[in-house]
Amino acid sequence: MSTQYRIVMHEETSLEEFREHVRALIAARVAPRAVTWMTTGDDLFGATPLPDAKIPKFTVPGAYVELAREVLHHRDPQRFSLLYTLLWRLLHEDRMLLSIFSDPLVYKLRQMQKAVGRDLHKMTAFLRFRKIEDDDGERFIAWFEPQHLILKPAAEFFVKRFANMRWSVLTPDGSMHWNGRVVAFGPAVTKAQAPAEDSMEEWWRSYYRATFNPARANPKMMKTEMPVRYWKNLPEASLIPELLAQAEQRTGTMIEAAPTAPRKVRAPVSAVAEEGGEAQSLAALKTQAAACQRCPLFCDATQTVFGEGPADAPVVFVGEQPGDQEDLAGQPFIGPAGQLFDRAMAEAGVDRSRAYVTNAVKHFKFTPRGKKRIHQKPNTGEVERCRWWLDRELALIRPKLLVALGGTAARALTGKDVKITQMRGRTVHLRDGMSVLFTVHPSYLLRLPDAAAQAAEYRRFVDDLTQVRLALPALARAA
Amino acid sequence: MPSALQSKLEILADAAKYDASCASSGAPKRDSRNGKGIGSTTGAGICHSYTPDGRCVSLLKILLTNSCIFDCAYCINRRSSNVRRARFTVEEVVMLTLEFYKRNYIEGLFLSSGIIRDADYTMEQLVEVARQLRDVHGFRGYIHLKAIPEASQDLIAQAGRHADRLSINVELPTETGLKRYAPEKRTSTIRSTMAGLKLKIDAVKGERKAPRFSPSGQSTQMIVGADGANDAAILSTSATLYASYGLRRIYYSAFSPIPDSSKALPLAAPPLQREHRLYQADWLMRYYGFEASEIVQGSADGMLDLGIDPKLAWALRNRNRFPVDINRADRELLLRVPGLGARTVDWLIDARRHRTLRMDDIARLTGAVRRARPFIITPDHRPVADSDSALLRARLAPKPVQMSLFG
Repeated sequence: MSTQYRIVMHEETSLEEFREHVRALIAARVAPRAVTWMTTGDDLFGATPLPDAKIPKFTVPGAYVELAREVLHHRDPQRFSLLYTLLWRLLHEDRMLLSIFSDPLVYKLRQMQKAVGRDLHKMTAFLRFRKIEDDDGERFIAWFEPQHLILKPAAEFFVKRFANMRWSVLTPDGSMHWNGRVVAFGPAVTKAQAPAEDSMEEWWRSYYRATFNPARANPKMMKTEMPVRYWKNLPEASLIPELLAQAEQRTGTMIEAAPTAPRKVRAPVSAVAEEGGEAQSLAALKTQAAACQRCPLFCDATQTVFGEGPADAPVVFVGEQPGDQEDLAGQPFIGPAGQLFDRAMAEAGVDRSRAYVTNAVKHFKFTPRGKKRIHQKPNTGEVERCRWWLDRELALIRPKLLVALGGTAARALTGKDVKITQMRGRTVHLRDGMSVLFTVHPSYLLRLPDAAAQAAEYRRFVDDLTQVRLALPALARAA
Repeated sequence: MPSALQSKLEILADAAKYDASCASSGAPKRDSRNGKGIGSTTGAGICHSYTPDGRCVSLLKILLTNSCIFDCAYCINRRSSNVRRARFTVEEVVMLTLEFYKRNYIEGLFLSSGIIRDADYTMEQLVEVARQLRDVHGFRGYIHLKAIPEASQDLIAQAGRHADRLSINVELPTETGLKRYAPEKRTSTIRSTMAGLKLKIDAVKGERKAPRFSPSGQSTQMIVGADGANDAAILSTSATLYASYGLRRIYYSAFSPIPDSSKALPLAAPPLQREHRLYQADWLMRYYGFEASEIVQGSADGMLDLGIDPKLAWALRNRNRFPVDINRADRELLLRVPGLGARTVDWLIDARRHRTLRMDDIARLTGAVRRARPFIITPDHRPVADSDSALLRARLAPKPVQMSLFG
């Protein structure tokens, strides 16, 4: 039978010490089953000296070091031997072992790692400080009973959060004390050494009682998240049996109680203007349109995006519908297509502030996809219903020239399907002394995949806009 | 401390408990080591306690006042309700937050309010609490403020400077529901305020020197079961809201009987299971690539199956997509297998690069292998192809148990 080795961990959560031991064990080629791990508590015979061997250079996956660091805080005495077995297998069997979560040993160690992480998290959650006063002022002391040996790794959290308080955390495994500058770790203490109460606890219990809705009692769920083993040190937990006992009755009383006569309180003046008669100004029309429900597009859109520009504008640009950015901001032509439009307008020498810019359809039509909205072309019915607003805008502004940006606008202005490819750059007399010039929608330019085509089409677009300036000299940009 | 303040705390915590939101995650990491202040955020948020309804207590969730000029039928604080009224001063809220925080009871403050006087006045008071916590006391814990939809942009901007998260409740899933039960609220005002928040949140993203604005994003709450909206309508509204405003979360709050409730409302026990299914469905949309429409597709009344979870329900309706080969299927498909969560799928994909996975490997990777079995193939397992969906449903549904409040 081969030699059995005894290894004693003096500081049982220390990664450094564990590392020293396993390096020596690996060097001496001691197989995991030949090692018995002990802590100082059960150290009756002392360690068995390992045969001297030059420690070879070997590397360990970083994930193993992380795993070991955390698992060492687990209370299970098996952990040293499991960790050493894993290391042995990583070096002699398969370096990729840690990726195989379904391997029984990896699975077991990951479960232990998870248990330590969970206990650490619960310590940050369920630890309660009690305040005392001493000669230097306020001091906060907590008694906590962690499931695992996590006092040291827990320190960082409390130091960062309560850096400017003096505090102590007392546990059955040890204690730590923060004086505002350094943490000192001390021996285990008893619960009796912690303060027995705190003046705020009655307040906290009041809050806890009030924030529970008896109609929703679900103790199973509560126990999953707040295991009963933590309850004895939680000041609010003493209320739980009573709250649960009353829940059913409280709910029943609420449901059975006849509604009382409503308190008579004068309603505040409603700030919302209702849709009135025929609007006499663009501002009034815009207010009316804000409540538009003429077609179902209002259901999903943020708001009606109404036209913008001076009431006496000589030209009205009509686009298709607002896009994502326009819908959010409530203004037409401000997104990517709007910015391209602005650039082309500037190059054509047209002053946008002298023009009125609007859309054929005033609500954004889209399909939701994850965190994005995919633009949908409005259908003929939606364009027809929304014409009601466009016609009223035009009736109030009485522009000389209309510019249809794309097919939807052309349809809305003429009532007919217009092939933009054929009519582009042409002006047609419409009615009431208005003419309409057809061109593309700037978003068409953005969609062209080929840079050369994009440049050529953009030039043509600027040419179309230049026609507008030539037709209406008042629009020329003062430069 | 005077007991009048303690009874205010009781009234104003009670009045705030119907808001389901509780998260304190997503704030930028910060701590108080180099200052005079107090507090830290770890990025993840900590639930410091749980109420007997299983909900997390992470923040001191209270109203500044439960007086309200609005008269929303579902709300205990509506102006025609006969509840006791109370109002905190700004200093009282600040004191309670700090004292609770120092004892490690909470992660921070979630402050909302009834509308007093007008939207701007109310918003001003909320902002003042946050400002005093941050500027006077150096508070670095979490602050969630309710944004009042009708408040001025300037006040909202100030709120976003101090708060980690802002939220506006859409309240009811449909416009008609809102019109009927909250006649003074407007979907359009609520949505355009959310849109304004999104634009401001996006504007400071990635700009290191920009003044901070609600770094933990925005969220909202919807009340379920008060109006007639079915689950299909609710999920479709949710999909639209997620896509439109980049919401971090939507909270579904099962309409709960309230003391002194309005005659306009159903007095039914809350459909808690329905709320639970909606959260599961919401999860499927956000992390599993499901569209809102496919989750409820095939259901006659547009409602989720209360007996089984929505992913299993979907899989039973789409048996032609299964079984999938665990050792070969791509991620998208694996995510659709009942019983396999997103993390399990990642582990599984990692592990199968090195090993051929067998049934007992899968059992170690997921706690729900029983649900997965009929939908997967491994070298040592092939499900019976022709087992009937109805039988399968009966076998996989959790055993019905006597409903008990004290189980």
